[in-house]
Amino acid sequence: MTQIDGWEMVIGLEVHSELATQTKLFCGCPNLFGDEPNTNVCPVCLGLPGSLPVLNEKAVELAIRLGLALHCTVERGVFARKNYFYPDMPKDFQVTQYDLPTNADGHLDLPNGKRIGVERAHIEEDTGKSTHVGGDGRIHGADYSLVDYNRAGIPLVEIVSRPDLRSADDAKDYVNELRSILLATNVSDAKMEEGSMRVDANVSVRRAGDDQLGTRCEIKNLNSVRSLVHAIDHEAARQVELIGRGERVHQETRHWDEAAGLTRSGRSKEQAEDYRYFPEPDLVPLEPDADYVTRIADAMPLLPSDRRARLAGVSNGSQGAVTIAVARGLDELAIAAIEAGGDPGRVLTHIEHNLAVDGAADIDPKGLAKLTLLDLTATQAKTVLAELVETGGDPEAIAKAKGFEAMDASALDASVDAAIAAEPDVWAKYVAGDDKAVGRLVGTVMKATNGQADGKAVTVKLMERRAASGG
Amino acid sequence: MASISRDDVAHVARLARLDLTDDELELYTAQLAAVLEHAADVEALDVADVPPTMHPYPLRNVLRDDDVRPGVDRDEVLGQAPAAEGGRFKVPPILGEEP
Amino acid sequence: MTAREIAEAVRSKQRSAREVVDEHLGRIDERETELHAFNLVLADEARAAAGAIDERIAAGQDPGPLAGVPVALKDNFATRGIPTTCSSRILEGWRPPYDATVVEWLRAAGAIVIGKTNLDEFAMGSSTENSAFGPTRNPHDVTRVPGGSSGGSAASVAAGFSPMGFGSDTGGSIRQPAALCGVVGLKPTYGRVSRYGLVAFASSLDQIGPFTTTVDDAALALEIIAGHDPRDTTSIPEPVPAYSELLSEGVEGLRVGVISEFLAADGLAADVAQRVHAAAAALERAGAKVDDASVPSTIYGLSAYYLIAPAEASSNLARYDGVRYGLRVEAPTTGEMNTKTRTAGFGPEVKRRIMLGTYALSAGYYDAYYGKAQRVRTLILRDFERAYENFDVLIGPTAPATAFAFGAKADPLAMYLNDVFTIPSNLSGHPAMSVPFGVGDDGLPIGVQVLAPALGEGVMLRVAAALERAASS
Ligand SMILES: [Mg+2]
Ligand SMILES: [Zn+2]
Repeated sequence: MTQIDGWEMVIGLEVHSELATQTKLFCGCPNLFGDEPNTNVCPVCLGLPGSLPVLNEKAVELAIRLGLALHCTVERGVFARKNYFYPDMPKDFQVTQYDLPTNADGHLDLPNGKRIGVERAHIEEDTGKSTHVGGDGRIHGADYSLVDYNRAGIPLVEIVSRPDLRSADDAKDYVNELRSILLATNVSDAKMEEGSMRVDANVSVRRAGDDQLGTRCEIKNLNSVRSLVHAIDHEAARQVELIGRGERVHQETRHWDEAAGLTRSGRSKEQAEDYRYFPEPDLVPLEPDADYVTRIADAMPLLPSDRRARLAGVSNGSQGAVTIAVARGLDELAIAAIEAGGDPGRVLTHIEHNLAVDGAADIDPKGLAKLTLLDLTATQAKTVLAELVETGGDPEAIAKAKGFEAMDASALDASVDAAIAAEPDVWAKYVAGDDKAVGRLVGTVMKATNGQADGKAVTVKLMERRAASGG
Repeated sequence: MASISRDDVAHVARLARLDLTDDELELYTAQLAAVLEHAADVEALDVADVPPTMHPYPLRNVLRDDDVRPGVDRDEVLGQAPAAEGGRFKVPPILGEEP
Repeated sequence: MTAREIAEAVRSKQRSAREVVDEHLGRIDERETELHAFNLVLADEARAAAGAIDERIAAGQDPGPLAGVPVALKDNFATRGIPTTCSSRILEGWRPPYDATVVEWLRAAGAIVIGKTNLDEFAMGSSTENSAFGPTRNPHDVTRVPGGSSGGSAASVAAGFSPMGFGSDTGGSIRQPAALCGVVGLKPTYGRVSRYGLVAFASSLDQIGPFTTTVDDAALALEIIAGHDPRDTTSIPEPVPAYSELLSEGVEGLRVGVISEFLAADGLAADVAQRVHAAAAALERAGAKVDDASVPSTIYGLSAYYLIAPAEASSNLARYDGVRYGLRVEAPTTGEMNTKTRTAGFGPEVKRRIMLGTYALSAGYYDAYYGKAQRVRTLILRDFERAYENFDVLIGPTAPATAFAFGAKADPLAMYLNDVFTIPSNLSGHPAMSVPFGVGDDGLPIGVQVLAPALGEGVMLRVAAALERAASS
């Protein structure tokens, strides 16, 4: 990512993630995405006069589970009302935790070992969703808006990092790692594309070596890790340029416009709402006792960092390959395949390059292990693997059925000779130093062998021939 | 504590989404000032070491099971709305993003 | 007839529920135009419900302890499909898609909802003059207010429109109108009765309770509406005693404290003070040990209340924004629509309290006002608890004077002072009730207030029953 010479970025992230409960935070309406509008609603989540909230036990458990995974202390939590008018919000206040969050003061370790502070991870309710009609579907210039309250009251956990991130890369790693933790603990399905995980970034810049924090801007509307990275880089550059021109950064919220590739000014600090927080009188304090917290801790699944360490120990693989395997939830498969006698390097290679598909986690580890021991070309192995994912079975039998017999060395030599003979002009170019010509020759060999030849081996042979011919 | 000013009342009315005429502003400023003046006895108390009472009857950890319960019928709810379209509540253009 | 007598007559087939309902509708016909106790009389629905009760009785079933009893509900109880206005323009036409828990439980006990009663808009007031639909008049003197905010339910019971009415009490809104209308009014311990479906005024203070003509009926009503409701987080998960069975126990040996701060208060009318002394003497004659009691912090009650209640109200009433139900005044943007709707939909007292509460919560004032008031609340709670170490119950006046004339308390603060004796129990969450105990110099009813510790409804009702016996003897 972009580094700006002489400057340092200071980034803190606020991540909202929907908790994977059956029902909403304060009522029994289903927690579902994508249903017909206003079909998962009741007096409570519509904020009808007279309705009252009752806290969902599962939401509390999941929030505490996440808090523990982030090494937070679990504290006495008190819900508060955050008062502001907005049509997405049925009560015109949001129930959230303010000065007394359930989880406080933890940290998250990035795969590269860097430790990022987590200030808090508190429980709150989601808002409804409005659709804007006319004016290209954007909020500005719309003719009117339509509101759906299916999402209103869905439980969220808001994870607030300390400003410990120093680059868009850090931010990306943080979000990816947090997402892995949310998935590994079954706390959330953490789908940014469906909005069940949303990220706001607080970005400021300062001259390298400065220990004062600069004025920050909060960037909203980041719908993917890609947008996050672009928006941070763009925002940091904007701030550096402003300061370079002798101007000041104004504290404000800014909205990322993905299409335009820039952030747009939103509400300034001066216009900031006075939220008039006060303790929610319709709810009572949440005081999880030590036994309850211990039970949640004891039932904690292995966290991504532990799983990476375990896989690295078993496979001796690179940090990158191991991180990917864990992020895809395929580390169990990898370990089982290696323990079944598979080649560790090939197992990780398959997971990294060939198994970013649905159902990958369900393939038989013994089959994967056996596959890594077969004498197949990379292309052939990939084809067999696809079949393993699709229908299962014995990799050797699949290879045989597809006619993937490994060619012996002399047959391969004969094919290479035949290709040189068939394409004398191309061969001449290659000998003369045109490296690109090798592709055509390899293609001819592959065609002649019905794809059974190993492309890499053919290239090596062609290089040997060229060297031998003095080219 | 200084008494409530006309500007304070105007600011509070904006926060509460109420429009006040000049006369109302005048009247409410005087009336709120009188109530706050009456509350000066409370304001003057030193209660820093007294914990607040949020609920008169102290309960905690009141939770419900994560079980789906029937909601309300959309038509019944939208039938109460001042305006609706396509299964949604209809509102005039919203100026400004969600805070 | 009392509610208990009606239910017994209906269950034993001496009277039909239909006959009972018709009789009460007849009384409503006679005087409702004059009194305006109701926002809505549910004549057809009540007759249909009575018919259903009679059918069940004919089929040998028992419709329950309130079989055939007509009840009047304050119009801030959500009633499914039935307009629920809170006497506010902003909710005009709203038909809730659900019933309040109390409404469900009353119906399940055989009660028949006869109408929705008038109130001060969103229960903010002490005279029912703040109703957007015009005031209710006191059945004892129609030039006087019935008290408030549950003035409609109090008047309904006082006028014989229904033997039982229900209201909500945030700062005295059951007890004060009960006193002014000469009926029994009871505010239970906070959390004793579910608030689910009660349109909120101040969530940490609101509590539903009954109006009746007798203490026994109050006990009967409480037996039905009290109990744990999983839909209300603040609902107390304790069993409900058979209150009715306690009433005959008498007060022999009970320790009764007369709250000296109440009797020393400015603005307490001499005739009211005299009735409190008479009540103390009557209880002493009945065998109670009566002494002076002190609850010093109650003098801060009014100030604390007028910071806490408006603060919670300002947030509770934010939802009336013209988006989902009720009134909308159209405007070019949603923000302007919200403002125009609220400006047109709320009356002056509601606006005043919303602004006061918004101010008390706003940045820079929270600690000085709302925060401090919640700490003062602790002082009041502690003082009451200390007093209850020495006393089983406390007594005092309910309201400073008998019913006042319409328009007599135009100044908001003068009106607020009406609640000075009732507010402390809302702040402490303790139960309290008003029992008619004679009349004042003007011949109008006076109520004596009986206060008890948390979940002390049983002993409170015993003392109230003793006062009732003394008053009628
Ligand atoms: Mg938040
Ligand atoms: Zn719901």
